Amino acid sequence: MSKLPKPDELLKDLNLHKTPSKHWMDIKPDFRPGTYCYAVEPQVMEDLGRPHLGKWQPHDEKWPLPEDWKERILKAIRDRMERYRSFRLFMDICVRCGACADKCHYFLGTGDPKNMPVLRAELIRSIIKGEFSFFGKLFGRFAGARPLTEEVIKEWYYYFYQCTECRRCSVFCPYGIDTAEVTIIMREVLHELGIAIDWAMKPVRFSHFIGNHIGLQPHTIKENIEFLLGDIAEITGLNIEVPINKKGAEILFVTPSADFFADPGIYTFMGYVLLFHHIGLDYTISTYASEGGNFGFFNSMELAKKLHAKIYEEAKRLKVKWILGGECGHMWRVWHQYHNTWFGPVDFLEVPKSPITGTVFEHAKDNKIVHICEFTADLIAHGKLKLDPSRNDHIIVTFHDSCNTSRAMGIFEEPRFILKHVCNNFVEMPENTIREKTFCCGSGSGLNTDEYMEIRMRGGFPRANAVQYVHNKYGVNTVACICAIDRAVLPTLMNYWVPGVEIAGVHELVGNALVMEGEKERTTDLRYRPLLGKEEEV
Amino acid sequence: MNLIFSIVVVLLLILVPLIGVGVLGLTSLFSIYIPYLAFSIFFFGLIYRIIDWARSPQPFKIPTTCGQQKSLPWIKHSRLESPASSWEVYLRMFFEVFLFRSLFRNLRADFDGKRLIYGSAKWLWLGAILFHVSFLIILLRHLRFFVYPVPEWIKILDFVDSFFQIGLPPIYLTDLLILAGLTFLFLRRLIDPKVNYLTHASDYFPLLLIIGIATTGVLMRLFFKPDIYAIKELAHGLATFNPTLPKGKISLLFYIHFFLVCTLAAYFPFSKLVHMVGVFFSPTRNMANDNRMRRHVNPWDYPVKYTTYCEWQEKFRDVMEEAGIPIDEDWCKEAQKQA
Repeated sequence: MSKLPKPDELLKDLNLHKTPSKHWMDIKPDFRPGTYCYAVEPQVMEDLGRPHLGKWQPHDEKWPLPEDWKERILKAIRDRMERYRSFRLFMDICVRCGACADKCHYFLGTGDPKNMPVLRAELIRSIIKGEFSFFGKLFGRFAGARPLTEEVIKEWYYYFYQCTECRRCSVFCPYGIDTAEVTIIMREVLHELGIAIDWAMKPVRFSHFIGNHIGLQPHTIKENIEFLLGDIAEITGLNIEVPINKKGAEILFVTPSADFFADPGIYTFMGYVLLFHHIGLDYTISTYASEGGNFGFFNSMELAKKLHAKIYEEAKRLKVKWILGGECGHMWRVWHQYHNTWFGPVDFLEVPKSPITGTVFEHAKDNKIVHICEFTADLIAHGKLKLDPSRNDHIIVTFHDSCNTSRAMGIFEEPRFILKHVCNNFVEMPENTIREKTFCCGSGSGLNTDEYMEIRMRGGFPRANAVQYVHNKYGVNTVACICAIDRAVLPTLMNYWVPGVEIAGVHELVGNALVMEGEKERTTDLRYRPLLGKEEEV
Repeated sequence: MNLIFSIVVVLLLILVPLIGVGVLGLTSLFSIYIPYLAFSIFFFGLIYRIIDWARSPQPFKIPTTCGQQKSLPWIKHSRLESPASSWEVYLRMFFEVFLFRSLFRNLRADFDGKRLIYGSAKWLWLGAILFHVSFLIILLRHLRFFVYPVPEWIKILDFVDSFFQIGLPPIYLTDLLILAGLTFLFLRRLIDPKVNYLTHASDYFPLLLIIGIATTGVLMRLFFKPDIYAIKELAHGLATFNPTLPKGKISLLFYIHFFLVCTLAAYFPFSKLVHMVGVFFSPTRNMANDNRMRRHVNPWDYPVKYTTYCEWQEKFRDVMEEAGIPIDEDWCKEAQKQA
């Protein structure tokens, strides 16, 4: 692994207004350590029955491409153009106005022109013109066309794994061209040769064969939960149980598996458990459908569908009425925009109805899945939760909108409504960095691997910079979020750019604030940090 | 290089009618055959593109949500930015297509010391609006050459457009605005290093072509007035599919103007200019954010093999029994029976 430069040095040479003297088609990607992800291990692809290139690494001078690589790639592209109107249209209508250019967090953190969304798409648009179009072939570079070479494949690998599918560019594009769609499809195209990154594929294998990204076996999940319940008992004095694979429960609760074992996701999980106990919810979690997230989505649509089919089989088997989903970003992109198409019609479940407030979740009436923030906001609005927001007085909170829940779902008010009821100190980051204009954590879409640290810190810079602003101005020390990848990667980003800022799930803060029946007087929050005014008792 | 190439191409295009009509006297070629050919290409080419897009399936419902979703009844949802019904989608599309709403959002990111700041950047929006709206009005104004008698609304348009009564004949406001818009869009490509870097010759070309068309048009209006009656006769003949060469002599400037227009029409369906029609098909804008309310069907959906509960249970039976996690025999028996 490479040595990461100090924060002061990382962006020293960054200039957003300077472009290279060479034409972009003449610049080859530099596979410098820290700026690319390792290639997938062949065994992973073998196990999943996918093609692979054997043992290789992106920095190898010559990639072991199969003899018919070119035909296979062109066929894959043609196939996607036939199956996706989005892709075909986005290839056709870009006018290169450049409105997207400085909207990408990777561009803002690297200054690399190929990170301008328009050029990222040109990487493939130029090939479509150069290989399929008569005029493209005739006029070549003047028409923005070029032939497909092995160097182009390398470039695709470099740049389509330097896009987190965050969709920020698509907000600003006058035609709604969505680079995420292009990246998703181009990763799929590379997959046809077996080109993929290890970090995004190992979780797919685990999730497929075992049930979740990290490969937690059923008994381990149970043990982990029991461990967290022990902490809850210590902090609140309450002995709570979490139903596991309970048949006939009313609701199946699915959350990203990181919430079972990884700091700080575990505190969010403790928050869920406290909430469900507080309202006496009849629910179950499943050790079979134990993954809400979906790394398949970062590789190919087919893999994505494969992984989440389990959730619906499990709902059917357990005979639940509807499904409740935990806090996660890309999980909710997949749940909200793809599930209903893949797994519908979901006629074996009922229209979700809160058993506590009686609210019918009309907006989820067809797919029967509800976001935990929608569920909790409804509870608060009906006054069903006893909350003591002063229990979060030791923190000053801002809210980071995750890319996927923002730009592929539109859940902005629910988490804010909850935060305003469970904390007394809530401030927003600058308006051009939140809501639909929010910045990616820099590590989404399966790029949260250590060997990629330099690019992650660069890509996360715009987000961190906005946190820095509210940290300096208002003393913000906690970023709340509703995404498991955020919870996994923002601590690293904050340590690098804004030390002293912690990351918390929204429901962790709910858990802190909930006044539970029969609990002892709390002196710490769910992380064993003393509450304001209780420092001496701890 | 890209710029020079485009300039050369446009100059060559200007030379074509100069030689064709001026030297070789191929009047009917340039006033009848080429226009019909060009507009056939435009018409059928565009229809081909539309059918092509319309026929290609959109497998998933992927609106870009730029505002609050419709969820709980007491939360106000953003009708424009997160449309949940068809008419909200139409509204979003209207603002998108006619007012360039997304472009209006444009920001400019820059460093202020170590701080990244974002300023409003509406110049691109303004330039684009000026150009597109003027172009549309000019196009409509031109109908007065093709239809007889000239409908009242075109006369009104004409009157309003020349309302300021500057010069004689009065300068059209849209003529000035389109040239201002085009100049801005063109200079932007030269001056902004980022935009300059991503510009192809095929981006300069249509700009220069349209600048050429507008300039020749303005020249004819103000300085080198051609025989309007002859042009009307020609235009009317073309529009009624009864083409005749007018008796009066039409100036070369007109033939340049007309030939550039024909080039633009023929070039249109095969270039980025199809964004005019393509924008209507954009799935991130023209689909409702109602995914969980109404199912979207993927016409090429196919079943995938996944790890079923029973396969999974077999694998972990021992550890599950040991951990006291319930085993489900019934479900697997049922599944076996069905298989």
